[in-house]
Amino acid sequence: MIRQFGWGEFLFLLEGARWTIVLSLLAFTFGGALGLAVALGRTSKWAWLRILIATYIQIFQGTPLLIQLFFVYFGLPLLGFKVDVWVALTIGLSLHTSAFLGEIWRGSIQAVPDGQSEAARALGIGYMHRMIDVVLPQAFRIGLPATISFLVNLIKGTALAALLGLTELTRSGQLMANITFQPLQVYGAVALIYFIICVPLTYCSARIERRLNAAR
Amino acid sequence: MNYTFDFAPVFAAWPSLVDGVIGTLKMSSLSMIFGLSLGIVFMMMRMSKQPALKAIAVGYIEMIRNTPILVQVFFVFFGMPAIGIRLSGEQAAILAMTLNCAAYAAEIVRGGVQSIRPGQIEAGRALGMHTVDIYRFIVFRPAIRAVYPALCSQFILMMLNSSLMSSVSAEELTYFAQTLDAQTFRSFEIYLTLGVIYLALSQFFSIALGMIGRVYFSYPAK
Repeated sequence: MIRQFGWGEFLFLLEGARWTIVLSLLAFTFGGALGLAVALGRTSKWAWLRILIATYIQIFQGTPLLIQLFFVYFGLPLLGFKVDVWVALTIGLSLHTSAFLGEIWRGSIQAVPDGQSEAARALGIGYMHRMIDVVLPQAFRIGLPATISFLVNLIKGTALAALLGLTELTRSGQLMANITFQPLQVYGAVALIYFIICVPLTYCSARIERRLNAAR
Repeated sequence: MNYTFDFAPVFAAWPSLVDGVIGTLKMSSLSMIFGLSLGIVFMMMRMSKQPALKAIAVGYIEMIRNTPILVQVFFVFFGMPAIGIRLSGEQAAILAMTLNCAAYAAEIVRGGVQSIRPGQIEAGRALGMHTVDIYRFIVFRPAIRAVYPALCSQFILMMLNSSLMSSVSAEELTYFAQTLDAQTFRSFEIYLTLGVIYLALSQFFSIALGMIGRVYFSYPAK
């Protein structure tokens, strides 16, 4: 007797969706922290640091996420770390996120008018406080819509975890499709769950962007 | 770290890597062309005054943009045979990438078209231009020129995404690499080489698309 795709099967997919969300949040948190460093390095006054970081960004933006994940997954054991797939994926996705968020935030930092940091410097405010109290709060507003859009991309990107064998939403869908022989319904449901997770974020991002444009 | 790198089996397999590059180039170029064309159709539906057409286009665009391309290709490859459409891995990959690219292209081109002021079209009409010519020379060409950089990044992203198509056994670069991995177990060396090849490919696309843009859009501005 072949199982039908019903409510219980849908709940199984939702269970997978939980790991999609956890993985996205982990990567967004670590990637965001590293991304801030990337953005600051990319806008620093030292040319060598800017070039180094630009290369880092170029590498992550110029290669497929899948290859980056494989690279981390197969590369870490060579360095002597025994890693499970969760750790490898979190590291891989965080590095990917840091490059993209770093580039988005570099743009936002540079979009803050020069007069702001010049004024802060004229008042004798050091780099730390100039960034924390003057530049970054303004850059945050400018970068928010693009940051949220990237979060949507990241959530969609975690689907690749399925190809490394982590049972998140897409992998749950694969397993369910194999059990029920109803791939059309299963992948339709998987797509719907991603849609429900991502749409509010997309909507938020568009709304904030409109409001920022109106304010300008 | 006591691991000896051995790139010899990777380099020995260069003919299959070349095949992979050709497959990737072919699939991504086709999807770009089909995707842009289909995207313009969706863009026109999205901007039309017919509520039904508009709703279909918005629904389609949002559905595609808010779901992973991997799920889209699984849907096409594994799901569509249930309704009688059976495609090879490569066909499914090109179809999924085209459908995906169309949604993004529609939104990008719409941004460009909205930047064309109505006065431009009125001027064209006043000069007695044909409607087709108005759309071709006054609406689309300047619109695409305005958003060309965004369109190019989308195309490059598309090329990078083609690496996922190995999962439906479409014969592109990653597919051959995975086959090679299964034969030689030189995973790290293979994916390092692969990263370098993809980096070169994205540079290549960036330069080639830039050149196409310079030729096609090199008419006086404003």
